[in-house]
Amino acid sequence: MKTTTLQIKTPEGIVFSQTLASPMARFLAFMLDLLCIGALLTAIQLLMRFAMIINPDIAAAAGMLLYFVVTLGYSIVMEWWWRGQTIGKRVLKLRVVDAEGMRLEFNQVVIRNLLRMVDLLPAFYVVGGLSAFVSRKAQRLGDIAANTVVIRIPKIFQPDLEQLLPGKFNSLRAYPHLEARLHQRVSPAEASVALQAIMRRDEFEPAARVQLFSELAAHFKGKVEFPAEATEGIADEQYVRNVADVLYRTDARKKTREAATA
Amino acid sequence: MIIDVEKFSAVEEPLWRELEGLLVRVEEDPGFKLTLDQARRLHYLYERTSADLGKLVTFSSEPELRRYLESLVARAYSEIHETRSRERRFKPFTWFMHTLPQTFRRHIKAFWLSVAITIVGTLFGTFAMTFDAEAKQAILPEMFASHLGDPTERVREEETAKEDRYAGKKASFSAFLMRNNITVSIKAMALGMTYGVGTIILLFYNGIILGLVGTDYIMAGQTKFLLGWLLPHGVIEIPAILIAGQAGLVLANALIGWGRRERLTVRLREVSRDLTTIIIGVALMLVWAGFIEAFMSQYHAPVLPYSVKIAFGCVELVVLVLFLSRAGFQKSVATK
Repeated sequence: MKTTTLQIKTPEGIVFSQTLASPMARFLAFMLDLLCIGALLTAIQLLMRFAMIINPDIAAAAGMLLYFVVTLGYSIVMEWWWRGQTIGKRVLKLRVVDAEGMRLEFNQVVIRNLLRMVDLLPAFYVVGGLSAFVSRKAQRLGDIAANTVVIRIPKIFQPDLEQLLPGKFNSLRAYPHLEARLHQRVSPAEASVALQAIMRRDEFEPAARVQLFSELAAHFKGKVEFPAEATEGIADEQYVRNVADVLYRTDARKKTREAATA
Repeated sequence: MIIDVEKFSAVEEPLWRELEGLLVRVEEDPGFKLTLDQARRLHYLYERTSADLGKLVTFSSEPELRRYLESLVARAYSEIHETRSRERRFKPFTWFMHTLPQTFRRHIKAFWLSVAITIVGTLFGTFAMTFDAEAKQAILPEMFASHLGDPTERVREEETAKEDRYAGKKASFSAFLMRNNITVSIKAMALGMTYGVGTIILLFYNGIILGLVGTDYIMAGQTKFLLGWLLPHGVIEIPAILIAGQAGLVLANALIGWGRRERLTVRLREVSRDLTTIIIGVALMLVWAGFIEAFMSQYHAPVLPYSVKIAFGCVELVVLVLFLSRAGFQKSVATK
């Protein structure tokens, strides 16, 4: 079965997952790399024009070999030097990793890049594209041979919580045990939905906004039931905002507790 | 159980930072070797961080912290559970004199199969040339255009040439040959991914060309010219292509996995280092062959006597055979 995440279970029973890169992201990264290779080749060509003045034969030979080495070696050198990344992959936040979570070895980098010759056949990456489409881990033939996958490095999202959830009174903070239960029961994905909804609230149509926050508030109320005095008179949007505040701004709890102790 | 994330982070964070620091040192320097105490500490920190991640996933919802711990565990996992020997600092001499010939010998059966396929192709080419005079025109690619004419005529032209046809373009011709042959070799290896079918076709086709050209010159009574032209570079170039074919067949064998119980990924992992070694060795051989072909093979008697060229080719062949069969031999026996 095709999957979008690479899950690795350690012998200790811990599962960690990495998101596989989409074929489109890989294609865009490849196009960016082509541009870089093109720029390098243009620089070599200019250099060789000057060398031609000194010795045309040697310059032509050096140009031909450099052209070959750059075309073939660009990805190998970059992926080895930058631990699985080329310029294109770095821009698009992609990385080549071992398919079983092991260390990426030099020979894996060499094999996956040399086998590009087969993936390119008969033209425009047809073989590689078909292989990635069919393969469970979206691997082209070079990746299969080298036992590598291309993953997407998640952008670690650091929202400006002070701007987003300004220091307003949060009635849920008065119940630390229920706060803790909320932390326990809400999954990272659900927490992310709450935060995204708050961040993008101005983008919605008024009716859609009301409906969305109503559904989200009902969802989170179903997770943990706070006493009526904590939720009375609070709009659904405010309730979701309070939930996001509890889930994301852990230092606020500390401050509240310190204030209470004082 | 509900964990207090702040308290939990405050207690555990120094350990996570310590693990991160150790990982950075291990990852950035391939030559870095952990002492026994450091290895134990790394293992302890890995297990502790794994346990922390387990707790966090089960008892709390902290996406950022979870991602951070996942990335730490992933990195430490690759260091702790990696069973392949760590790549030490690259030593070119040891690699060339020991690793390369040992790797070649480790897959000798694939090499003999590569030779056999090429011989069958050569016999086919010989057969075609013997019974069909037009086979040469039909089969030979454009880059062999100089061999399409009458061999006797070509020999006469070469031997009576007054000026150096390659003057001022020897280096670029040499570079062209290197590039072309290395590309063919990489293809021979890469086509192993077609379960060996592509590699077999490529080797067979090379054999046909060899058989066609060789038979053409022999039938025209130009055997001495053929040997003088072919041997200086051919004794390195032809084995290099055969070795590249060997790499393709090794890859195909790992892919097919006849009589093997290991998973595909394990089989491919086993051969990937050998494939890299072989293909780099092949590239080196072809650099030498390209140099010799441009600077020596294209010069014929009376400029360069055939006897000298043939003798040079024979010496190269002996050195190559000795290198591939004997170099690094004692070390490999000792390793066993």
